[in-house]
Amino acid sequence: MSYIAKSPWVVHYDGSSCNGCDIEVLACLTPMYDVERFGIINTGNPKHADVFLVTGSVNEQNKDVVKQIYDQMPEPKVVVAVGICACTAGVFRECYNILGGVDSVIPVDVYVPGCAARPEAIIDGVVKGLAVLQEKRDNMVKQVDEPAETYEKEEAEASEGEKSPEEEAAGETEKDQEGGKQ
Amino acid sequence: MGKKTIIPFGPQHPVLPEPIHLDLVIEDETVVEAIPSIGFIHRGLEKLVEKKDYTQMVYVIERICGICSFGHGWGYCASVEGAMGVKVPVRAEYLRTILHELSRLHSHLLWLGLLADAFGFESLFMHCWRVRETILDILERTTGGRVIFSICKVGGLRKDVDDKTLVEIVNILKGIKKDIKDLTDVFLEDDSVKNRMCGVGVLSKEDAEELCAVGPVARGSGVIQDMRLTDNHGAYKYLDFEPVIEEAGDCYARCKVRIREVFQSIDLIEKAVEKIPEGDVSVEVKGNVEGEYMTRMEQPRGEAFYYAKGAGSKFLQRMRVRTPTNMNIPALVKTLQGCDLADVPILVLTIDPCISCTER
Repeated sequence: MSYIAKSPWVVHYDGSSCNGCDIEVLACLTPMYDVERFGIINTGNPKHADVFLVTGSVNEQNKDVVKQIYDQMPEPKVVVAVGICACTAGVFRECYNILGGVDSVIPVDVYVPGCAARPEAIIDGVVKGLAVLQEKRDNMVKQVDEPAETYEKEEAEASEGEKSPEEEAAGETEKDQEGGKQ
Repeated sequence: MGKKTIIPFGPQHPVLPEPIHLDLVIEDETVVEAIPSIGFIHRGLEKLVEKKDYTQMVYVIERICGICSFGHGWGYCASVEGAMGVKVPVRAEYLRTILHELSRLHSHLLWLGLLADAFGFESLFMHCWRVRETILDILERTTGGRVIFSICKVGGLRKDVDDKTLVEIVNILKGIKKDIKDLTDVFLEDDSVKNRMCGVGVLSKEDAEELCAVGPVARGSGVIQDMRLTDNHGAYKYLDFEPVIEEAGDCYARCKVRIREVFQSIDLIEKAVEKIPEGDVSVEVKGNVEGEYMTRMEQPRGEAFYYAKGAGSKFLQRMRVRTPTNMNIPALVKTLQGCDLADVPILVLTIDPCISCTER
């Protein structure tokens, strides 16, 4: 079970799904499953959203829409592919107008299988996505807090660590000498 | 008169869970013209008949739409059975009828919730979907699935539902009848709700007939049309009932038709459970499809048409489905002309659009 301090907001787009997964996504919001108790809200605006729920596979017509929604979302963001169609195109894999799963267009972080995916599975997928979201957020914070010099220093230290024992010994003696001079 | 502006609606829009795109040409706040464009969900699954044999196709056809999946499965099976000359046992016909009416119940409750959400009544949306979960529990208990059932097969049903469970289903439905009544009273009697729906998007009877509207859209405009009575499928011929007709043709009438159909479905299930005979639920099917057959079903959204043609191979030659939303889009475009921009979401919803049915 992952934990995040911020309430994650969700944007949902129906790729070429049969509605089965879509109504289950909506069912998650309603009193029986009620994801709002975790602070999860379904928003229509991609710029408000942290988690992108995609149902159904992609085709020529909607791949640009999926890309646009993904690009509009602010970083950090997590993509959850809901249902077997979104994961691999499922039963429609052999259809002429199907490009494949959502991961053929945008990077996917969590895959939720099922036809249709059950609300419990979708909630589980989103909660797993929160761990990924937290990780991405931590990485972003790290990049902001630690300026480039620290990275250079770290890299230098790392490359020092790769030296052979003789070289390391030589380095130490040089350092000792320098210390002695000071 | 202001100058004309085009406002895009969709494909990703907060009101609709499904992608449909409308170019709304507006003058001031009034919609002058609406130009729909579809194709975001087209998969091309009718073509799959060349790759999947006729028994496997049931799974594919059920996935045309997750809301009316049982009806699609039944329509396909009925077409194939008709072409092969298979006679389905009477008990299977009754069970199919019961399951189809349960699908209609869950579909209409789902739609009522979405309508409430469209005019900004979120708690009503939540309550409709809370009641709907009871129906989904029944469906899960009898078929094993919440939205996609895979219980229909060519020749009957995959498994039986015992009489004890059927009686329990009737008791559960009697129990939630009051809940549904409380909810639907809000739709029909609340002033703020009526203000949004009465007199909005009027579709006259002539227009409905001319534009070939089907289902609750046609019945809300006074057209007497119900495939459950017209076409000879299922156990509807043994159950005595009248189609639900409203005359006004506005959003309120379409809403009222669906609300009355919810209670009609409960009555039909009660009648069917009283009359259901003992017996098998499936017959053995041998051989391949030769010849052609067509079936018309009354889906929650209206008349759906199924056509199957085979030439002696285990693969069908052609499978064709014509779905209700496809027929209701011209009616939608007609009612959108002259409406306020703020009423567009409600108008789009009152035809109960099912885009994945339309595009397949």
